[in-house]
Amino acid sequence: MSEKEANPTFSKSTGLPRKRFYRARAHSNPLSDSHFPVPISPGHVDYSLHYPQHFPSSDQVDSGKKIQFADIGCGFGGLLISLSTLFPETLMIGMELRDKVTEYVKERILALRVTNPGQYQNISVVRTNSMKYIPNYFEKGQLSKMFFLFPDPHFKEKNHRRRVISPFLLDEYAYVLEVGGIIYTITDVEELGDWMKACLENHPMFEALTDEELKADPVTKLLSSATEEGQKVDRNGGQTFRAVYRRVAPSL
Amino acid sequence: MEDAAMENGETNKDSEVAPALIAVHPTQNSVAVAVGSDLRVFDLLGGCAVSLVDDSDGSLHKDSIRAIRYGANGKLFVSAGDDKLVKIWSTESWRCISSLCSEKRVSAVAISNDGSYVCFADKFGVVWVVVVDGFNGDQDFVNKKAAPLLSHYCSIITSLEFSPDGRFFLSADRDSKIRVTVFPKKPLDGAHEIQSFSLGHTEFVSCLAFVCTHECPQGFLVSGSGDSTVRLWDISSGSLLDTCDIREKAGLLESKEIEDRYAAVTDLCTIPDSTLVAVAVQSLQGIILLSCDLSAQTLYVAKVVSIKGDAFIPTSLGTSFSSGLLWMVTGASNLHDSQHPCLSRVKVISGFKESSPDFVQHGPIVLEDDEIPRSEKLLEKLQGRVSFDKNYFLTAAEALKTSMSNLLIKKQYSTEKREFRKRGRNDKKIKK
Ligand SMILES: C[S@@+](CC[C@H](N)C(=O)[O-])C[C@H]1O[C@@H](n2cnc3c(N)ncnc32)[C@H](O)[C@@H]1O
Repeated sequence: MSEKEANPTFSKSTGLPRKRFYRARAHSNPLSDSHFPVPISPGHVDYSLHYPQHFPSSDQVDSGKKIQFADIGCGFGGLLISLSTLFPETLMIGMELRDKVTEYVKERILALRVTNPGQYQNISVVRTNSMKYIPNYFEKGQLSKMFFLFPDPHFKEKNHRRRVISPFLLDEYAYVLEVGGIIYTITDVEELGDWMKACLENHPMFEALTDEELKADPVTKLLSSATEEGQKVDRNGGQTFRAVYRRVAPSL
Repeated sequence: MEDAAMENGETNKDSEVAPALIAVHPTQNSVAVAVGSDLRVFDLLGGCAVSLVDDSDGSLHKDSIRAIRYGANGKLFVSAGDDKLVKIWSTESWRCISSLCSEKRVSAVAISNDGSYVCFADKFGVVWVVVVDGFNGDQDFVNKKAAPLLSHYCSIITSLEFSPDGRFFLSADRDSKIRVTVFPKKPLDGAHEIQSFSLGHTEFVSCLAFVCTHECPQGFLVSGSGDSTVRLWDISSGSLLDTCDIREKAGLLESKEIEDRYAAVTDLCTIPDSTLVAVAVQSLQGIILLSCDLSAQTLYVAKVVSIKGDAFIPTSLGTSFSSGLLWMVTGASNLHDSQHPCLSRVKVISGFKESSPDFVQHGPIVLEDDEIPRSEKLLEKLQGRVSFDKNYFLTAAEALKTSMSNLLIKKQYSTEKREFRKRGRNDKKIKK
């Protein structure tokens, strides 16, 4: 009997961690005190820890491969798992503030790696506050895609600055995205959808994708179907609001 | 929940002590000292104390001043701080030509090199910009609203600086970050294009300055930090060029207590037209002079200038273009157990003019009070009095150290404490 089977937090039939043992508060305050380690700079991110098959040891010379997709507020990690097989050569990371949820995603990925040898080696997760530490993880122009799926709405006006899409934070996202890189947002809260769209529309370094471009992009349909939150909204027959924008060079 | 506390109602004011600050007019026409809510200016050309004229709202600053600064062309002076007021002064008449209200307490200010923009950072990490056009000499200009320029999400901004060529705008914070932003043509629409982040410090960044020479007019950035280092940066890429640990020179490594081995760099001042950087350190009675080798891109300690006898730990440094003088101040606001609330002590080091190789070894000397320009008259104005009880400033230095670490160093909870804090939270209670 393997250790995993003896562990009640893992399902006997699938070998995957059971979500109910990782239940967490619905919302967490992005302003609250942080106790997790933060890399001093993107050069300090230990890739061998996240992607051991791609980076067998930490002192190995840089293979040049870098993380290109970031799922911000990744929740239980559904999107990463779908993207992993769709873009098997691309390194991706989920960023999540809640520690229990991050632990769950970590276990989920490890279990998938065990049950599917050779697969899911390109995805990982970190516990961090993306609103403060994005520049510590990614260099200028490093990312080609950023995802913000069903972010917390923070309805009250005075809490709008806690929203993960805001005019100021878009400056940082524009910095870590390469020119041509794409930012994907979706929500079931109409007011938040309008807000995210308006922030992106008014930013000089983002431009909306056309309907044809959206249709041609294989990622588009994952936005509402791949994540746990998206599936919940779908089950309840809820409407979703999408804003997908491309990073462009500023016209100065 | 310190960040949340910061958002909602700022930090506990009682324990906060503000350091005395000094600024020198670019051609040394005047010197300004701020201590507590007191702004003191001495006119060096005229040899007399300046009376400030502030009829903007009938009052001077009402709480600790946190930032003072002359513009590069010497026409403007800005003061701002805990009373949320940003005051822009004419250095001709010393009239307050504008008094802006910030939503939050102000932690840093900068004036663009051409004098047309004033920027200030509030304690929530937002930097604001206001246009100073139509101002020449003494003419009034209409009070305008400040527009948001950029933001460091929920962090205290400790220093703002324009690059010498005016292309970049730099902002440093308590999260050990330095952001380099392209200063836009239309700043009122925001500064969206980030050039680089200079990352490498492991504690709050306290101060920024540029080393520039004739050969290298675009200059190199130096930064000081709570991690007891001064670092040299290439701002266009954000790369760290060199790190200079000042603990050994400040005599900190001999200390038995580990926590005493760290002392924050509190201020940096580059000596114009030289590659020297004067460094003030939290526990050092004197300054450290660093020299920057611009071709090798290195930074090294050239000399420690100690100040003997007087228990003088500078809290702020200032200099002007060609005087060869480095001005220093020490002091603090709000010392509770003290009868003299707003004292400061000013000292001057001379001899920064020559550039011969051995001048650093022999040159800089700490002037006696009667050797300082306009000696007694100036000291009376800037210090509040001429002589003091020596222990006062040691007490002040201790209070400042505590206050600075409360404000800028993140609390480290022990594992037990952390567990205890967690226990109260719902997400730890695994449902059976
Ligand atoms: C409503 S959930 C959506 C999760 C996932 N994207 C999905 O669609 O299922 C929002 C997530 O964002 C996380 N989050 C909120 N603020 C964050 C921050 N500043 N940094 C990282 N994660 C954050 C929350 O903990 C939560 O898991």
